[in-house]
Amino acid sequence: MSEFLAMGGYGAYVWSAYAVTAVVLAWDASAPLRQRRALRRRQPRRPPPTPNNPTTTP
Amino acid sequence: MKLPLWFHRLGSPPTFYAFAARLQPWCYGLAAALAVYGLYAGLVLAPPDYQQGDSFRIIYVHVPAAWMSMAVFVFMAVAAFVALVWRMKLAETLVLTAAPTGAAFTLITLVTGSIWGRPMWGTWWDWDPRLTSELVLFFLYLGVIALAQAFEDRRAGRRAACLLALVGVVNVPVVHFAVTWWNSLHQGPTVRMFGESSIHPSMLWPLLAMAVASKLYFAGSLFARTRVALLEQEAGSAWVRRELEARGHV
Repeated sequence: MSEFLAMGGYGAYVWSAYAVTAVVLAWDASAPLRQRRALRRRQPRRPPPTPNNPTTTP
Repeated sequence: MKLPLWFHRLGSPPTFYAFAARLQPWCYGLAAALAVYGLYAGLVLAPPDYQQGDSFRIIYVHVPAAWMSMAVFVFMAVAAFVALVWRMKLAETLVLTAAPTGAAFTLITLVTGSIWGRPMWGTWWDWDPRLTSELVLFFLYLGVIALAQAFEDRRAGRRAACLLALVGVVNVPVVHFAVTWWNSLHQGPTVRMFGESSIHPSMLWPLLAMAVASKLYFAGSLFARTRVALLEQEAGSAWVRRELEARGHV
């Protein structure tokens, strides 16, 4: 295992390259989720449906 | 004439939204499965390179990212052409939702290449044709993103961004052929579409798996971003309100 992590002496280079890739892709993949959450927060709340008015669609 | 009609319908925001929502998990899922295979075969099974030792394993993130940095820009240029010629609003949106992922892949290419260059070339950076043109590509991505937000009139900004995507695509062949046209520090191509690749199959297969994974990841990411962008653009319409109120749905 430690031999695998050492990567024949290039461990620091190989793993930092993979770490950078992981971080950048994690940022990219999470961006739309963050935008969606922000969009939902901006959406005005509507009152919950009541028996008299089961649908609150205008 | 079923296909053109289908294509025409896809240009309507709620239809594209539903289409993207169905495909998105498949793109992400298949990309993840291929990446698991590619990483295992590339990091564990493939033998060390006879010249570069284990440092060559950076290839499995660097090369797919580099291919995508060019492919995404070509995609944006085609979408920009459609947006400018046929005034298709969805194509305009796709130019802008593809740009962040393209910029991300370009950044990965530059950073992992720099990390690879340090032990192999003895330098983090060199103003070499391949490296410089890739850096220009990164700035083009940032330019497209910035230009879209630089105008008070939102539509004007988006059209300017499309124009830059269309003009900027001339840099893509420069990146691609830089190692052939000029004497470059960067090594020449080892994987060829036509003719024999100068790379052993045990190293090539994981690379191709990672390349397909990066394409599927891009598709998934593009769908995710475009869906949010459509919700934003169409804010106030009934389908958007329905969608935003559906809880636990991403």
